[in-house]
Amino acid sequence: MEILSRVHAKNLVEWAKNRPETLVLSADLTSSTEIDLFRAAYPSRFISCGIAEQNMLSVAAGLAREGFVPLIHTFAVFIYRRAFDQLAMSIAYSNLPVKLFGFLPGITTPGGATHQATDDIAVVRALPNMTIFEAGDATDVESMLDPVMETNGPVYIRMLRGEIPRLFDKNEPFKKGVNRLLSRGRDITLFSSGICTEEALKAVKAMQAKGLSVEHYHVSTLKPFNSKQVMDSIAASKYGVITMENHTVIGGLGTIISEAMAQAGVCKKIHKLGLQDKFGHGASREYLMKEYGFDAMALVSKVEEITGQKFGISGEDLKTVKIEIMHKDIKAEDL
Amino acid sequence: MTPIEIEKAKRAADGIRKRVLAHTITNNGGYLSQACSSADALAALYTSIMKLGPVEKPLVPPPFPGVPGPLNNNYFTGGAFNGPHGPEYDRFILSPAHYALALYACLIETGRMDESGLDHFNKDGSSVEMIGAEHSPGMEVTNGTLGQAISQAAGIALARKLKKEPGRVFVFLSDGELQIGQTWEAFQFMSHWKLDNMIIYVDVNGYQCDGKMENVMNIEPINSRLESFGARVFTASGNNYKELSGPPFLPADGRPSVILSYSCPYEGIELMKQNAPKFHYMRFKSEDEKKSYMELLKSWKS
Repeated sequence: MEILSRVHAKNLVEWAKNRPETLVLSADLTSSTEIDLFRAAYPSRFISCGIAEQNMLSVAAGLAREGFVPLIHTFAVFIYRRAFDQLAMSIAYSNLPVKLFGFLPGITTPGGATHQATDDIAVVRALPNMTIFEAGDATDVESMLDPVMETNGPVYIRMLRGEIPRLFDKNEPFKKGVNRLLSRGRDITLFSSGICTEEALKAVKAMQAKGLSVEHYHVSTLKPFNSKQVMDSIAASKYGVITMENHTVIGGLGTIISEAMAQAGVCKKIHKLGLQDKFGHGASREYLMKEYGFDAMALVSKVEEITGQKFGISGEDLKTVKIEIMHKDIKAEDL
Repeated sequence: MTPIEIEKAKRAADGIRKRVLAHTITNNGGYLSQACSSADALAALYTSIMKLGPVEKPLVPPPFPGVPGPLNNNYFTGGAFNGPHGPEYDRFILSPAHYALALYACLIETGRMDESGLDHFNKDGSSVEMIGAEHSPGMEVTNGTLGQAISQAAGIALARKLKKEPGRVFVFLSDGELQIGQTWEAFQFMSHWKLDNMIIYVDVNGYQCDGKMENVMNIEPINSRLESFGARVFTASGNNYKELSGPPFLPADGRPSVILSYSCPYEGIELMKQNAPKFHYMRFKSEDEKKSYMELLKSWKS
């Protein structure tokens, strides 16, 4: 599996070259949100706002009203917690084309609860006019910007930085409203998002080798969620649904799927892996995913619990599972 | 302002107070004090200071078009009442939407809104809302959630600088908003980005919902506080047209300008003085009190 570094930093510079209407807004986290290369390339389109996120979001609204497309970059918590009123009233209410790149989703930082956006999807999803994307790999990160721009209104992006794996074929870009189908099966329908997809892929591969049949989707458009595409699969699943998210299980992916199932009248059990109504704390990503139960091993244990099967898979086994790049040899549209 | 311009503005200000008084009586309550304290500044802005695009004839406010969204193609802001946008024209952003009634009256007095517009005030399905919103006459950003409009105006001002437009951005602020953190973030931003195309009028009437500001939460000395944030600050008496109108005609010097309009919450309606320190919303406490205001309206000399 290929690991890429500073994907957004490089991609943004190339992408923004012929888009003079785009401005990047920073709140003193320029290197930390990978916009330093943009600043160097287009200094006149880089707006430094200082540590003042409430003002930054409202300023972005004003810029958007004048025809610019502000690309806000900061840690996610400072968008939806610090400046929620501004997000709701200056930006979302007026359906302005402000694009908000929120970094450090969930427990991807050892910075502790203050820096970990563990409830952002729940909060932002409640706002009318908001679209929510979440990146799960380098291909997602590289190919999200066009759909972000094409969306009429504000978009909140759960973004990844630093070293990111490439899970999906470079030539199969992110498509708004299309859940990526990663494997087909009838025992369980599995939904994963963001950094959980890499973990899920490892566990699924190991369990498939032991005979489990899993229908696995990677969800990167959280709002509006395309439930039509997946409801037949859920209805056909033998043991029901598992969701796996780097977020509290209240209001995120698990809730989104639950609501869609209830609305469609599909009656299956749903098991939600993620933060179980808890805040995070400062520790490594691996440690926290294990502690809060949404790593590959946690998925194996959950499937064992649901199916009553024992796979005999250890944590060490999962570490050695090799994930190949996922191609769309199974077309989602075929379903 | 020339003596003729001042006369014209004074007539408009008088009309604003009279209209809002009449409306407050008819509706058995209203934001009357805001009209008293701000009428002269609003009138000066609309008659002489701002360069706004023309309105062909007084506009009748259309019904509420529904909230903005990707599927609502009928949505509009109330900006049309301030004339068409154009690079050379100034913009007007009202921050405290509680001053809506005063602004509506001002739009009527300056020929931008049809007199019938006030009949729509606070009626279900109307765009002429009690606490105005961006679809209400004369407004064009989400205001009223105090502290946010000045930042949005700063975004507009920065955009206009980037587009090299000569038009300026006027913001009307209430003094209570100087208690809000975001307001100071905005001033910090405006001075860092040298937004000298911004001109802020603050209606310093010294009162807020709970009473006298110096008792609720003191904000003085405003002048030196704002200066230390990098603004060019002028102090004016709220009813002195020369003081109110001078600063916007000075050449820009890299700093945002602030005109502190020290005003009286019962200017032009002395009767209201007895309500001190509660001026935020006028309620008649008795029929006799209401009658005294009706007498005042009847004998109004304009």
